[in-house]
Amino acid sequence: MEFDSLRNLLYVVAAILFIFGIKGLTHPRTAVRGNLLGLAGMILAMIVTLVDGDLMPGWYWWVGGIVLGGLIGVVAAKRVQMTAMPELVALFNGFGGIASMLVAGAVFHETIAKAAERMGVSGESDRDLTYWMGQVIADAGMGDPVQVYLATVISGIIGGLTFTGSVLAFVKLREWISGRPMTNPMLKAGNVVALVGSAIFGAVLLVRPDAWWAYWALAACALVGGIFFVLPIGGADMPVVISLLNSYSGLAAAATGFVINNTVLIVSGSLVGASGLILTKIMCVAMNRSLTNVLFGVMAEVEEGPSADEVYAGKVTATTPDEVAMLFDGVQRVCVVPGYGMAVAQAQHTVRDLANLLEAQDVEVIYGIHPVAGRMPGHMNVLLAEADVPYDQLKEMDEVNAMMEQVDICLVIGANDVVNPDARTNPTSPIAGMPIINVDQARTVVVVKRSLSPGFAGIPNPLFAAPNTLMMFGDGKKALVELIRAIKEN
Amino acid sequence: MFALLLTIFALAIFVGFEIITKVPPTLHTPLMSGANAISGITIVGALIVAGANPSSESFVPGFLGFLAVVFAMINVVGGFGVTHRMLAMFKKKG
Repeated sequence: MEFDSLRNLLYVVAAILFIFGIKGLTHPRTAVRGNLLGLAGMILAMIVTLVDGDLMPGWYWWVGGIVLGGLIGVVAAKRVQMTAMPELVALFNGFGGIASMLVAGAVFHETIAKAAERMGVSGESDRDLTYWMGQVIADAGMGDPVQVYLATVISGIIGGLTFTGSVLAFVKLREWISGRPMTNPMLKAGNVVALVGSAIFGAVLLVRPDAWWAYWALAACALVGGIFFVLPIGGADMPVVISLLNSYSGLAAAATGFVINNTVLIVSGSLVGASGLILTKIMCVAMNRSLTNVLFGVMAEVEEGPSADEVYAGKVTATTPDEVAMLFDGVQRVCVVPGYGMAVAQAQHTVRDLANLLEAQDVEVIYGIHPVAGRMPGHMNVLLAEADVPYDQLKEMDEVNAMMEQVDICLVIGANDVVNPDARTNPTSPIAGMPIINVDQARTVVVVKRSLSPGFAGIPNPLFAAPNTLMMFGDGKKALVELIRAIKEN
Repeated sequence: MFALLLTIFALAIFVGFEIITKVPPTLHTPLMSGANAISGITIVGALIVAGANPSSESFVPGFLGFLAVVFAMINVVGGFGVTHRMLAMFKKKG
């Protein structure tokens, strides 16, 4: 009993370390320390668990698991490229989810096994297995067994959904399958059937807790549901999906905390759940879409809008790197607005080279980052940080919009919908009301883009036809390399 | 007991909301991967079920526990690892 209270005390310390860890992430200066505090909390929680005893009978299971999982984790963390970060984070979300699902399942089997043993020992034939399961749970100090079963069901459903949903997000982000949204109504039907199925098996488990198969049936349904859940969602909506799955992985851990009666799981799981939910909301606001619309809807039809020909005909001004280089002569402030295209072209280092060159000529360079630019929250910031861009030059949308009229040249690299002025000016546009970076208010806009092809929203962008816009067609990286050469020669 | 756990859950969610709304967009990716690493806390449960079940007596829970330890461990080590790598890149000017 004494170690029991000490153990719980140390678990509380671990939970506090997690809270301070996340608090550290509120500023780049304290963020590294914050992450290390989180790690310390994790190590503490693990050591307390291991020292707590009773883990020697199956020592090879957890020693083997720690070694194998640890090795894979280290290799993944060291090897991954910064551009591949969205899919890695997606995958890790899934691993957290399935771990929670497996723990809940394992505890459930353990409870059944212990109950069967006690039933055999007692020799009482008038009490069934369910009764003895209740006894096992009560002896473990967990109170009402129904609550434990309910937590088991929730853990299995959320964990399973998170796993396959995350794996599918990973596959989509790797572009092993198309990142385009799929509109087949069968997908939605499949999702509903799978979720109803898991709810039914969950109900079976609650009524007949000795039915171990019901847990795996509901887990299987949730796993299938996760596939149908993410399959229809397009690549540009991935920031929302990853944030939501992030939240789920936390909630699954919290549910598992209820299963094994462990507060540190509940506290950390709900912290992560809250974090993911907030990011989900921020991403939805940044796209001016509701969560239901992202998950179940498709973008509004665009037929009524003007066609690309009407918008672009005769108004688009193409330019060359040499011409742009001359524009840079004598400017004071340049704003770079990156989009997913910069990540695809791996152009972040070239962008930094260009900025270095301009700064050497006393030009102020800032970066305007739209919240949903890229494939996950903060994607552009990580890529630019990798290229050694100081974080104080990375400006949020509102901040950069306020100074846009004082920007001499706005350089848009691989961004499209997030700089489409239709969102602000055309109330019938499918993206009407979406907050954008007002690059069209800069004195001159230079757009680096392969072609006039539409972005994810599938609509033409009047920015490209604006009188103060110049289109520099080509691969983002190559075009910038050319531009750097031209500025140096100038 | 359950009511107490539920209280803890609700309070922790509020604490989470309070802190996380203060995280700047620049750090959203590290926040996500760091939070993700913390959700690997489920490893505590995984260790308990794995250790409590020798294969000679009950293979299924022990093996499930082993799988859970592997997944959770990837999540923990990989999550804190990539977060550290990313954060180390964020530098101020000069």
